[in-house]
Amino acid sequence: MSNLLPQKWDITDIGLEEGIKRLTPDKIRTSIKKVLESEGVARINAYVNTCIHCGLCAVACHVYLSNDCDPRFSPVGKVKNTLWEMIKHDGKVSPEFMKQAAEISYTECTLCKRCSMYCPFGIDMAYLISLVRRMCHLCGLVPQYLQDTANSHSVTMNQMWVKQDEWIDTLQWQEEEAQAEIPSLRIPLDKEGADVMYSVIGPEPKFLAQLINYAAIIFNVAGIDWTMPSFDGWDNSDMAMYSGDWEVMGRVKKAHFEAAMKLKVKKIVMGECGHAFRSVYDVGNRWLGWKMHPIPIVHAIQFYAELIRQGRLKIVRKIKEPVTFHDPCNIMRGRGLMDDARYVLQQICEDFREMYPTREHNYCCNAGGGVINCGPPWKKKRVESNKIKAEQMAATGAKIVVTPCHNCHSGIEDIIHYYKLPMKNVFLIELLVECIEIPEELKA
Amino acid sequence: MYDFVRGPLLWVAFIVFIGGSILRLAYLAYLAKKKDYTVLTYANFRAGFRSILHWIVPFGATNMRLRPVFTIVSFLFHICLILTPIFLLAHNVVWYQSWRISWWTFPEWLSDVMTVIVILAGIYLLVRRMVCKEVRYVTSASDYVLLAIAVMPFLTGFLAYHQWLAYKAMLTLHILSGEIMLMAIPFTRLDHMLFFWLTRFYMGSEFGAVRHAKDW
Ligand code: HEM
Ligand code: SF4
Ligand code: SF4
Repeated sequence: MSNLLPQKWDITDIGLEEGIKRLTPDKIRTSIKKVLESEGVARINAYVNTCIHCGLCAVACHVYLSNDCDPRFSPVGKVKNTLWEMIKHDGKVSPEFMKQAAEISYTECTLCKRCSMYCPFGIDMAYLISLVRRMCHLCGLVPQYLQDTANSHSVTMNQMWVKQDEWIDTLQWQEEEAQAEIPSLRIPLDKEGADVMYSVIGPEPKFLAQLINYAAIIFNVAGIDWTMPSFDGWDNSDMAMYSGDWEVMGRVKKAHFEAAMKLKVKKIVMGECGHAFRSVYDVGNRWLGWKMHPIPIVHAIQFYAELIRQGRLKIVRKIKEPVTFHDPCNIMRGRGLMDDARYVLQQICEDFREMYPTREHNYCCNAGGGVINCGPPWKKKRVESNKIKAEQMAATGAKIVVTPCHNCHSGIEDIIHYYKLPMKNVFLIELLVECIEIPEELKA
Repeated sequence: MYDFVRGPLLWVAFIVFIGGSILRLAYLAYLAKKKDYTVLTYANFRAGFRSILHWIVPFGATNMRLRPVFTIVSFLFHICLILTPIFLLAHNVVWYQSWRISWWTFPEWLSDVMTVIVILAGIYLLVRRMVCKEVRYVTSASDYVLLAIAVMPFLTGFLAYHQWLAYKAMLTLHILSGEIMLMAIPFTRLDHMLFFWLTRFYMGSEFGAVRHAKDW
C-alpha cells in the first residue's frame, strides 16, 4: 500500500477524523470503483493515459508556486498522489490514504482550471480532482464545514440554514436601508411575469446583506422590472457541487431554475458570485441534462456593463484611488467576462491597474472550489498556500482591489490581513453605487 | 534474425500500430458515448481547431513562451522524430523495393542532422526529467523506458548508417527498435500522439465555445 506524505500543517478536521473511523476496505473500494469504472471512466481513460508526466502544468498552480514549488502541490503531483495510486492499487487503498486524498482534493486544489491552460494536452486536472472528491463524498469523508453547507443545501435549499421568515425579513430590512437613498424603492417579491429574477447566494442575507440593497438601488435607477423569490430557490449557490454530492447539487439547481419558471421571468440576473455561476452555467445544468442553462442567466458584471452601455446607468463620479481587479476563475476562465469587467472599471475608475498575469491567466484566490468552505481549521494553510497572490496584488500598488465573487472576496480579504497589504477589498457593486447618478425624481 | 525482423515482424508491427490505434480510438469513442456524453455534446469545430492550432505552432501558447528552450527542444524533437523516418532515403528505397511506391526524400545529410537532433533532444529530455523537481516527482521507470523507445531507433539508425559498429547487427537492432516504437504507440503513453488531438480539441471546445476564454 502506498506511503503517506509528510504533514506540512498540523490540522484536525472532525469531518475527516470521524469519517475515517467509519471506513471499511469494501466501502473505499466500491466508492473508488464507482467513479473509476463508471461515472468518470471515459475521461479518466483518456487523461491518465495521455499525461506524459512532463510537469509543464506545475507553473500554473498557485498552490505549487506558493509552497516553494514543492512538486507534491503541482497539478500532476496531486493527481499522482490520489488517482494514480487508486488506479495502481485497483481501489485497494488504506483509510489513511483516503483521508489524505480528501485533504488533497478538498484543500489543495480550487478546481480553478488554470492548469488546463498550461498543459499541452489540455488535461482537465480540475475534473480529475473533482472525481477524487466525489469518491471521498461517497465514502463519507468530507471536511466538516463543507459537509455542513451541503447538509444545509439538502435540508433548506440554501447554503446557510436561512429560514424563509429570516429571508423575507432580511429583504424587508434591506428595502428600508435602500429607501434612505430612494424613498419609493421596493424589493418586489414573487412578482409573476417580471423581466428579471434576481438571485443571490445564501451567505449574502447572512453576512453581506447590504449588497442586496445596493442591487435594489441599481435595479431601481435603471428602471428594471424585477423580482426576488420569497420561497426556496432564491439561493443560487451550490456547495454540494464541490463536496461531491452531485445528487443534492442537482436538487438545488432544479429548485433555482424552477423558481424562475414559477415566476415566469424572462431571465435570471445573479449577484457577484463565481461558483454559483459555475453551478448554473457549467456543472449543475449538465447534471440535470441541460446543455446550457434552461433560462437565460446573466452574471452581475455582464448586467452592469449592459446597463452602462445602454445608458440606463449614468456614471457621474469616478473613484480617484488606484484600483486593481481580481479575475475570478469561474466567470473569466469560466465565462469570459474579462472585457465586460474592464469596461465597467474603466467607466468608474480614474486609475485602473491590471494585475499581472491577468484576465484568463490571473492567479486563483485559493478560496474557491469549496476550499474556503472547509472552514477555520484550514485557514492558515489556505492563506499560506497563496503567497503568490499577495505578491501579485502588492505589485500593483493599488489601494482598492475589486473582487466580484464571494469566495474570492473572502479569500482575498484573508490574504490582505495575513500579508498586511495596504488595500481595501470591495465588490464591484460597492464602487458602482458610489458612481452612478440617482435621478432627482427618484430621490423625492 | 534479420530476415524475421525485416519480414514478418515488420508486418506485425504495422498491423499492431494501425489496428491498435483504431481500437484505442474506437474504444474511447464508445466509452465517451456510453458514459460521458457531455464530451461529445460540447464539441465545437471552430473552437477546438483553434486551440489545436495554438498548441501545435511553436510559441503559440503562453506556457511555451515561459520556457523557450524547452519549447524549441520539444518541437525539434517531435518534428525530427516524425519526419525523418518518413522521408529518409533508405526507408524510401525499402518501400520502393517492396511495393513499388515512393515519395520525396530528404538529402542524406539532412536526415543525418535530424537524427542527431532527436538524439540530443532525447538527452535533454532525459536530463530534464532527472534534474527538474516537478518532473522527477511524477517520473517512474516507465517514463525512461518510453523515452528510450522513442530515441533507440534513431540511435541505432545513426550507428548503422555510419557503420561504426557491426553493421548488420546494428541494422537488425534498428529495425527491431523501430518496430517496438510502432507497437508501443497505441498501448503506452506514447498514445498521446493519438489522444493529443482529442483532449486538446475537447478542452478547446469547452474554453472557446462555452467559456468564451482562451486556453493557450
Ligand atoms: C503528432 C503527434 C504528437 C504530438 C502532438 C505530441 C505531443 C507531445 C507533447 C505536447 C509532449 C509534452 C512535452 C513536450 O512538449 O515535449 C510530448 C512529449 C513526448 N512525446 Fe510526443 N507527440 C507526438 C508524437 C510523438 C511520437 C510519435 C513519439 C515517439 C514515439 C513521441 C514521444 C514523446 C516523448 C518520449 C515525450 C516525453 C518527453 C519527456 O520525457 O519529457 N511523441 N509529446
Ligand atoms: S488549484 Fe487550479 S491550477 Fe492548481 S491544480 Fe487545481 S485546478 Fe489546477
Ligand atoms: S502538463 Fe499535462 S501532460 Fe504534462 S504532467 Fe501536467 S497534466 Fe500531465
